[in-house]
Amino acid sequence: MSEKKRKKLDLNRREMPKQPPEVRRYNFDEVALGYSAETAVEEAKRCLQCNKPKCVLKCPVEIDIPGFIQCIAERDFAAGVRILKEKNCLPAICGRVCPQEEQCEEACILAKKDAPSAIGRLERFLADWEAEQSELEMPEIPPLTGRKVAVIGGGPAGLTVAGDLIKLGHKVTIFEALHKMGGVLIYGIPEFRLPKAIVSREVDYLRKLGVEIITDFVVGKTRTIDSLLDEFDAVFIGSGAGLPWFMDIPGENLNGVYSANEYLTRMNLMKGYLFPQYHTPIKNHKSVAVIGGGNVAMDSARTAMRLGAETRIIYRRSRQELPARLEEVENAEEEGIIFYFLTLPIRYIGDKNGWIKEIECLRMELGEPDDSGRRRPIPIEGSEFTLPMDAAICAIGNSPNPLIAAATPGLETGKWGNVVADEETGKTSKERVWAGGDVVTGAATVILAMGAGRKAARSIHEYLTSL
Amino acid sequence: MFKVIESRMIVPNIHLLMLEAPDVAREVKPGQFVILRAEEEGERIPLSISDWDAEKGTITVILLNAGSSTNILASLESGMSIPTVVGPLGNPTEIENFGTVLCIGGCYGIGSIFPIARALKEKGNKVIIIIEARSSYLFYWEDRLREISDKLIHITRDGTKGYRGHVRRIPEIINSLKEPVNRVIINGCTLLLKRGSDVTRPLGIETVVSLNPIMIDGTGMCGVCRVTVGETTKFACVDGPDFDGHQVDWAELLQRRKTYMREEVIPFMTSRCEEHAGKS
Repeated sequence: MSEKKRKKLDLNRREMPKQPPEVRRYNFDEVALGYSAETAVEEAKRCLQCNKPKCVLKCPVEIDIPGFIQCIAERDFAAGVRILKEKNCLPAICGRVCPQEEQCEEACILAKKDAPSAIGRLERFLADWEAEQSELEMPEIPPLTGRKVAVIGGGPAGLTVAGDLIKLGHKVTIFEALHKMGGVLIYGIPEFRLPKAIVSREVDYLRKLGVEIITDFVVGKTRTIDSLLDEFDAVFIGSGAGLPWFMDIPGENLNGVYSANEYLTRMNLMKGYLFPQYHTPIKNHKSVAVIGGGNVAMDSARTAMRLGAETRIIYRRSRQELPARLEEVENAEEEGIIFYFLTLPIRYIGDKNGWIKEIECLRMELGEPDDSGRRRPIPIEGSEFTLPMDAAICAIGNSPNPLIAAATPGLETGKWGNVVADEETGKTSKERVWAGGDVVTGAATVILAMGAGRKAARSIHEYLTSL
Repeated sequence: MFKVIESRMIVPNIHLLMLEAPDVAREVKPGQFVILRAEEEGERIPLSISDWDAEKGTITVILLNAGSSTNILASLESGMSIPTVVGPLGNPTEIENFGTVLCIGGCYGIGSIFPIARALKEKGNKVIIIIEARSSYLFYWEDRLREISDKLIHITRDGTKGYRGHVRRIPEIINSLKEPVNRVIINGCTLLLKRGSDVTRPLGIETVVSLNPIMIDGTGMCGVCRVTVGETTKFACVDGPDFDGHQVDWAELLQRRKTYMREEVIPFMTSRCEEHAGKS
């Protein structure tokens, strides 16, 4: 350690190459291109290898971050992958979509000097390095316990539970409602931010570990939880956020007004951007407004732009309050998305055929902080103005999908229809049923869903081994 | 993959598709639907379930060959497979002993009204079925419908069978029954549902319609199927598909159904012709 203490701080956080904005705004290829091995090693050497690493405490799945970074610094990438995969079965995905700036990287000591270790980029580098190797290292699986677990939903929470439990020797079956596995990773996050081949790779890995995967199966409709409990020892609900919210303003059902879920599902799951080779149609709008300021709003706007639309994001607070990741906001700005901050849509105006042609908005100003700690936006009286627009995408959030709760007696739900589950264990009010991810918390992040999956898997394993 | 057990055109341009889908067949109730995908690149389209056999694990859907996706479904042959059959989705039609129930079906609704009428009959209702078509040669399943109903009435636009005209003739049909009708249930195209609801409104008869808006996932996730019923927005896939026909905002539904009318035919104009020519 003494040698390390003498080490001079390297505050040159290595940039990750990206497609230039003027190129990428016309294609759906991944924006960020990843580190080369050389850059990764240089970046890894910046890590101070703290004795009490704060980054690990801020990681929802408790990855040994200094451990894998040290391996990169020593060019032992295979060992790095092993450390990463001990705690995270989806590193290629987390390296891309985790909000590291408010988790591990925020806690990094180097962050005080404004140059935190690029933990996310290094995680991504290792995962991509592994994918390039011809032989995938498979973990050793203990003898089968004979216990069976049903996992509902093939998104981040469900994939984590399945990955953790199969490695402990339990038999796992995932039931996915859509025709493709991955949940929001497939239907929601666009190709240019998370290539679908990466999601398929992770799903294939689980399949190779022995996870049984059943798609086109809607638990709550095709089969109830009670019926699954006859066959399985435990059930995990990770069915995600379902019902898209609208603002409840006039004109919301005009043609050309989408929920972000619809717009992104058409594009990502159904591959609408490849219409007519893929048969799900998408309109080539000229002028699109996206309502909201989260990651989903950025994804929707950047997708619409790639289809050739002049695209605006309309957000009722200011830039500072945007809930989206800063990196994605900057990407959107670079690509030419126009931001209307402190603006609230109050009405969609249609043409004679029922298509949206204008949005009427109000200007806002920021008042006192509200419950969320952010300054509350207040309408400025008489500030109405209209924007001509031929499409609007509403990206203001979702409530959990109600199908399962409606079909499951004895399952306690909260105010928003969310399944109530213990924060530490994921246990629900129903015996042998656990839940985690957006179905419990409402729309959140991939990594938080994975963290909840990790905790639930631990609790399920405890239960199964107590039988 | 889901196997095609039977596929044939039962009357001009209307196709019957029997599919192996044991999980759906085990759970389905009258009034529910499935979402199908005809091929890997295909759209997800909702279709009402017109019949099923839980033991054999099969379901039957009836479809009108009207756009590019239904065109692919219509060209399936028995022994082939399709990648997605998911369901049963939506809420089942309410089946109680209402008294006398008038079941109205047109187009693919002639098929989907069948299991509803059958269940109502089993519940002890007097079941009168009206089927409607442009011409008599477009009727199908008449024997099956006759068997499970107390009366089967035809309406054709050209007068080749039964009453001449459209559902506007329903009030006089109801009059001629000389007994009160307690409920009307309509399955078929949106115009039939709308016009049927229009004529029963002044009669004050509760009218249930099975809506068929555009859908993608069919589980409440995308919201494209939203319809205004009364004052509120509903998602047809999870709140319906059955709604009170007197409360539905029909103008909005008809307009929303037209969203992709132009795109519907584009795949017809692309390389698929070459693809098919290459196959034969």
